[in-house]
Formats: sequence, structure tokens, C-alpha cells
Amino acid sequence: MGIEPDRLQFSWVSSAEATKFVQVVTEVTRAIKDLGPNKNLVKTMPKVA
Amino acid sequence: MLSYIDKIKEISIRLLKECRVEMVIGFRKGTVPMMNEPHFAKSPEDVENFVWDSNCGINLCNYLTNRGEKIGILAKGCDSRNIVTHIIENKIKRDQLVIIGVPCKGMIDKRKISAMFEGEIGEVIENENNITVKGDGFEKTLNKKDVLQQNCAICIHRNPVIHDELVGDLVEEQIDVDRYEDVREIEALAPQEKATHFEKLLEPCIRCYACRNACPLCYCPTCFTDESRPQWVGKGQDPTDVSTFHFLRAYHCAGRCTDCGACERSCPVGINMRVFTKKLEKDCLELFEWEAGLDPDVRPPLDTYRPGDPDEFIK
Repeated sequence: MGIEPDRLQFSWVSSAEATKFVQVVTEVTRAIKDLGPNKNLVKTMPKVA
Repeated sequence: MLSYIDKIKEISIRLLKECRVEMVIGFRKGTVPMMNEPHFAKSPEDVENFVWDSNCGINLCNYLTNRGEKIGILAKGCDSRNIVTHIIENKIKRDQLVIIGVPCKGMIDKRKISAMFEGEIGEVIENENNITVKGDGFEKTLNKKDVLQQNCAICIHRNPVIHDELVGDLVEEQIDVDRYEDVREIEALAPQEKATHFEKLLEPCIRCYACRNACPLCYCPTCFTDESRPQWVGKGQDPTDVSTFHFLRAYHCAGRCTDCGACERSCPVGINMRVFTKKLEKDCLELFEWEAGLDPDVRPPLDTYRPGDPDEFIK
């Protein structure tokens, strides 16, 4: 669909794995910040109603 | 393929006379060339209007959804696979149906033919291998093989997978067909190129929903595009809304689409939205070894779990 593969992430994190959760979130946010704002599938036409 | 009609009429008359079905769904001649329309024969006299040629591309399975009566239906390879999908999804019962199998050699692409000529086409005459197109000041004979719908040219299930009657000998299936050349080309594009490609592909879309209406899989009582509370997708021409509609519709057909080509055929502006459903079809084949509508007793991949299901995407 034209979405960068890094923008989407699936992970399996158990409720007992707090450290893994933090690690995943940190990594994903870093990856997305590197990509910059998403430009595709964003509405460009002005709203009329 | 043209010789099927006598057998089609004979079977239909027999089924109706014996009261085994309340109606037979087939095709009659349309009002313009190359546009046959569905015909519902409810008495032996109605059967006279049935025709069969290379313009019977509409997927008749679309008319079976939630019907209560006994129905005889003409089924090409793709139609029969959609009938199987309908049976799996409880949209019709197998014992309600008398499936009249029609081995198919492909339907012709009316848009391709119209594009070849300047003026309006007045008449199209067909024989076993050729099509003669006549119009104001021109007449040309074309090889049927050259003007097939693209999905028919790459079809690998021409014979009905399920049938009670058969109108002719089974035809030879095409082997060594590269079904996914176009999908691979798009897969190879970079994300931004893909986005641009799809935006360009969908630019002419007027949101008429003909593709959805022609599709036998799109039988939801209220389609997500028609819902307003919440409004999942805007109804305007914003490129984001247009592509959201096409992407989501394709996802709803994942593991179900038989590539019958009804969507592309019905599109008034000639968008090839089949690339989306084909991509999902390719994924289903590669990840789950699944081809839709081949066996009514096997559950589709999206409603079964197998321990070996691919999970490499979970990191």
C-alpha cells in the first residue's frame, strides 16, 4: 500500500516481560522517528462539511 | 463454446419441467454488443432466451446470496469456485442448487475490442476461434485468443470444480501460466513508488461501487463504505478515501477471491483493481497453499488455525 515496512511492527510481549516491552517501544519509536512523518494515506483535500 | 447452447436449453427445460428447480440462472443477449445480461428462466418458455458466447463474463454466483428456493445455475470455472465459497460461507445450501457446469475457454474483453476501433461497434459475430467486429465503415476479424479478458488469459481453473450437469466435454486446463507477473512488478517497487502507482491507478475512480456490486463476495447487508455511524471511509474523491475503499474491499476478499474478473469487467472507467485481490491471492497461495473455492469441505485459511501457520512477521 506504499507504507514503509518499518512503520508496522508485530511483537509478542508477555505481561511479565516489562523490559522487553520497553525495549520494543523504544526501538519502534526510534525507527518511526527516523522515517519521519507519514505522507501517504493522509487526506489532502479540504474538508467541506 | 458456442455449441453449448442446445445442451444448456435442454438441461434447463428438463430441470424446470421436472420441478427440480424454481428458476435457472443464465444469460440472455444484451441490448448492446458484447454485453450479455443475466437471465432468470422461471418457466420452460423463458429458456428460449438463453444464449452462450464469449460475453458471459458476469459472475452469476452473485445472484445466489441468501436465496431460499431451489435454483439451477450455469457455472463457468470461476463461477463454480464462487459457488463453493458461498456454500462454505453459508450463503446458499448445496442441496438447493443444481449446478450446470460450463467448461470455459475465456471471455472476451469488450474494452480492449472497443479501443481498437474509432467508431461505434454495431455487431460482433463469433465463431469457435474468431470474432468479427462490424461497425460504421469497418469490419475486422480478430483472433479470440488475442482479445481475452486478462484474468481469462491466465486462468488455471477453466472447468467447473463442482457440477451436477455438464453441457460439454471438459476443456484442457492451461498449465505453465505465470499468474502473478504484474503483482511481482508492483512488489518490487519502493514504498513511495507503490503509493504513487496506486494513486495513479485509482485516479479515475468515480466511487460508483460497480466493482463491489458485481462481486459475489461483496454481500454484506451494509457495506463499510455505506456506513455513516461511524463513517469508516469518506465518500468523496479524496485520493486517500478512494484508495482506502479499494484496499479494504480487497482485504475483505482475501482468501476468497477467485479472480473471476467481475470487478474489472464492471468498472465504467476501466480500472484494473484486480491487482489488489491478486496480491492477496498470491499471498494466500504462498503462505497457506490455498486457492479459494476448490473444495466445499475445507475451511479457508482465515478461519482456521494450524500450528505451522507462518509467524515470521512477529518479532
